[in-house]
Amino acid sequence: MTVLLLVLPLLGCLAVLGLPPKRAAAFGVAVTSATLATALLMAATFDYHRSGFAQFSVNAPWIPLIDLRIHLGVDGISLPLVVLTALLCALCAGYLARPSGQPERPRALVALLLLTEVGMLGTFVALNLLLFFVFFEVVLVPMYAVIAGWGGQRRAAAARQFILYTLLGSGVLLVGLLLLYSRTSTMDMVVLVGRAGTGLSHGVQVLGFLLIAGGLAVKVPVWPLHSWLPDAHTQAPTVGSVLLAGVLLKMGTYGMVRIAVPMLPEGAVALAPALGALGVAGIVYAALACLAQRDLKRLIAFSSVGHMGFVLLGIATLTPVGINAALLGNIAHGLITGLLFFLVGGIAQRYGSTDIDRIGGGLLAKAPRLGSLLVFAAVASLGLPGLAGFWGEMLAMLSAFRPAGGLNPALYLVFLAVAGLGTVLTAAYFLVMLRRVAQGVVPPRWTAERFGDVTAREWVAWTPLLVLVLAIGLWPRIVLGVTDGAVRVLLRGG
Amino acid sequence: MQTIQSVDYLAVAPPLMLALTAVGVLVADAFLPARRSPWIGGAALTGVLLALAADLVLAVGVLPQDRPRGTFCVGASCSYSVDRFTLLFQAVLLVAGTVVLLLANGEVRRAGLPAGEFHFLLLTALAGALTIAAGRDLVILVVGLEVVSLPVFALVALRRYDGRSAEAGLTMFLVSVTSTAVMLFGVSLVYGATGSMLLDTISAALRRPGTPHTVAATGVVLVLVGFGFKVSAVPFHFWAPDTYQGAPIAVAAFLSVVSKAAGFAGLVLVLTVGFGSYAGVWGPLVAVLAAASMTVGNLVALRQRAAIRLLAWSSIAQAGYMLAPLGAAAGLVGEPRVLGVLAAATVGYVAIYAVMNLGVFAVLSFVGWIDGLGGGRLDDYRGMARSHPALALALAFCLACLAGLPPGLAGLFAKIVVFRGVLTGGYGWLAVLMAVNTVLGLAYYLAWASRLFAPGPSESTAAFGPVPRHVAIAVGLAVAGTALMSVLPQLVLGVAPTLGG
Repeated sequence: MTVLLLVLPLLGCLAVLGLPPKRAAAFGVAVTSATLATALLMAATFDYHRSGFAQFSVNAPWIPLIDLRIHLGVDGISLPLVVLTALLCALCAGYLARPSGQPERPRALVALLLLTEVGMLGTFVALNLLLFFVFFEVVLVPMYAVIAGWGGQRRAAAARQFILYTLLGSGVLLVGLLLLYSRTSTMDMVVLVGRAGTGLSHGVQVLGFLLIAGGLAVKVPVWPLHSWLPDAHTQAPTVGSVLLAGVLLKMGTYGMVRIAVPMLPEGAVALAPALGALGVAGIVYAALACLAQRDLKRLIAFSSVGHMGFVLLGIATLTPVGINAALLGNIAHGLITGLLFFLVGGIAQRYGSTDIDRIGGGLLAKAPRLGSLLVFAAVASLGLPGLAGFWGEMLAMLSAFRPAGGLNPALYLVFLAVAGLGTVLTAAYFLVMLRRVAQGVVPPRWTAERFGDVTAREWVAWTPLLVLVLAIGLWPRIVLGVTDGAVRVLLRGG
Repeated sequence: MQTIQSVDYLAVAPPLMLALTAVGVLVADAFLPARRSPWIGGAALTGVLLALAADLVLAVGVLPQDRPRGTFCVGASCSYSVDRFTLLFQAVLLVAGTVVLLLANGEVRRAGLPAGEFHFLLLTALAGALTIAAGRDLVILVVGLEVVSLPVFALVALRRYDGRSAEAGLTMFLVSVTSTAVMLFGVSLVYGATGSMLLDTISAALRRPGTPHTVAATGVVLVLVGFGFKVSAVPFHFWAPDTYQGAPIAVAAFLSVVSKAAGFAGLVLVLTVGFGSYAGVWGPLVAVLAAASMTVGNLVALRQRAAIRLLAWSSIAQAGYMLAPLGAAAGLVGEPRVLGVLAAATVGYVAIYAVMNLGVFAVLSFVGWIDGLGGGRLDDYRGMARSHPALALALAFCLACLAGLPPGLAGLFAKIVVFRGVLTGGYGWLAVLMAVNTVLGLAYYLAWASRLFAPGPSESTAAFGPVPRHVAIAVGLAVAGTALMSVLPQLVLGVAPTLGG
């Protein structure tokens, strides 16, 4: 079934090029829906008592010389991400198929979307380090093309910056992975997790962690390596932004949880404080940057840096609670920020701009349902209890109270305090944004303008996200119950 | 010692067939009327395909036994030996030769090049390249290199009405003669120190304590410098960009793929089979050459606006990646198995590079000469995806391979193998430098590829007209080869020359 998950979008990607352009978007919906159905079927038949072990495994040789095997499988850590990816891709395809906004060159866009999906899903199901790397790279070119081909006014520069910056990260990651390989002679992730760094000297572990986590840090992105993100997210078309924020950033933190921390535990202990410090620095930096933003899309892009800061803080505690928090934060951020980018896309379509001053307030009066959704998503993002964003941040901060052995508790208390300050600032900028966009009176320039509220198709695309944000907020066990077993296996070493 | 040796004609069949075809083509050209000159191209192509068939027959015999098939032997040492390494290189060179001949087909007619001479020279050079891959003796290697180089000077200067073509030919001639002189001096020192020209005998002699090691080491370094010119590694690269620009496009493709692959075949043989125990001497030098080549090549390529010059600098940078695993050999003296792994990384990269680079050149030759530039400027490719979608996709795919990014998996695997080789030798700094260089490389390949899909003045690309059949076949061959390497790279990875002891 894991293979089907990858083969479906791949075949779809090739097949769509042979279709007439008018049918491309509908075909995209069909393929991504079939993929989503596969992912849901996997979730339904998944053995939740054995969530710490890879299920639906496939293990076949590909290139023996470099120990590259087609080793795929899904466990409690990857399952939620697989479902999230399949869901967001299906929603994006649905968004492209809406009658009001058929994109230019739909065949190419749908093909690229499907290729991106192959790469993203592959990254989450790969159990061979090199295969993971290959899938990690597969995403780059199609995402570059989506930004460069369908993006905003300064798309060329943004797309170039995105791909060059992330490729630099990939290069460093590859050196780290091969260093690990040269000392262990295996690329099998299950075996390496089982060994938990035995037989690796302290120096190798620290260097390996530095290279692997450093390479992944570009993708996360960790402050101060985030500078590609705001431009890429702002210039990308809506589907690009949704997938960038919703899934691509998760590939970085997923790699840290799956590879860097369990395979190089001594390196993790040595460098986790640095990771945590960069994480909380990112939280505060992003909040301050958001306060200064004039553009809605850019504001949401910057807010991602902050949310990923919480995820990093969770990982940096090296405790089961912290890593569970990170994984939950990942999912919540994917859902909420995906929704926010969809909403901003809707606003841009109506107002022809995402500039906060140009919109000028009064969204709740002009389009009450759209306005309410924006309020909902924004308060979910700022971490209101009862919605999905809350748990990831709260648990990450909770785990910072009691970091794993070998870490300096006092330092983590400082992180905790800074992160707390960050949550206040986060609330501040979202509320300021809501006041300037949603509340107030409709400015005169828009009163004569006629545009509809949320359409039926938009409801179809957004309802799943709304429901999940609410469901995970009320009952976080939906995710934590799946990840917890796997996290414990990872940290115990197999 | 026997004075008359028996020759294993099957072992030497591939280069022999090329040489015979070359002579036949030259003679036929003298007697055929001018309007029959397309036949010459067909005859040359047939010769190459026959040589390829001979290579396959040899492969069927040699591969299962896993024992080299040698001829011209003295005792157990052979001057000419066919093993997996030889077969792989000969196959790659012959496929490359086929593509170059297909590309030349149109250019010979359009530019009014003399068909007989052109094909004679090309086939001779190709025969030389094939001989290098099989040579296990310094004399054969040097002679082989000269057989590749001499016809190429003439080929480069073949666009007789163009001053730059003649200048390019002369530049290359002077550089090549100098490098040959340096190399021959090195060879004479090695011969003086070891008393042999056969690589395996040299290898044994270099391990003996009584050998004058300073003399031998000097010789090794001079031979390396000579090869540096042949493979256009920095700082011996300055002839390449002007030569590429002045030469007919098919000849530039030949230089960039066949000459370079032949140079690397010789380099790998000499360094690993012959001078393996001196890895401590040549290893660090090669590492520096590799680092300089990739960095300088990529940095200068970033600034190029003409397609052919960009390719010239990119091929210098790619030579750096190919050298890198050999550069990491210094720490592994006395471990032939590991040395084999490093050599295999270089060989794999050369083979994959050859195929993907041919795809790019094939598209370049279709675009032809614009404003005196072979392949035009990068901006001339704007909007090609609209006017020639298949060709634009092929070019984008090959560029992705050169950059080493999926969907160009072949290039990615080649890079992974090189990275692994470098790290095996413990050269972490070189690996990190390579990672940075990969980003530099991507920047310019991407600048080119993105122009293909940019909305642009489509009348300029539409003016290229329909794709002729021979170009379509050439592009198809290169792309099919690259796609095959993307799925089954083990065909070319892991092949090293047979190392003694």
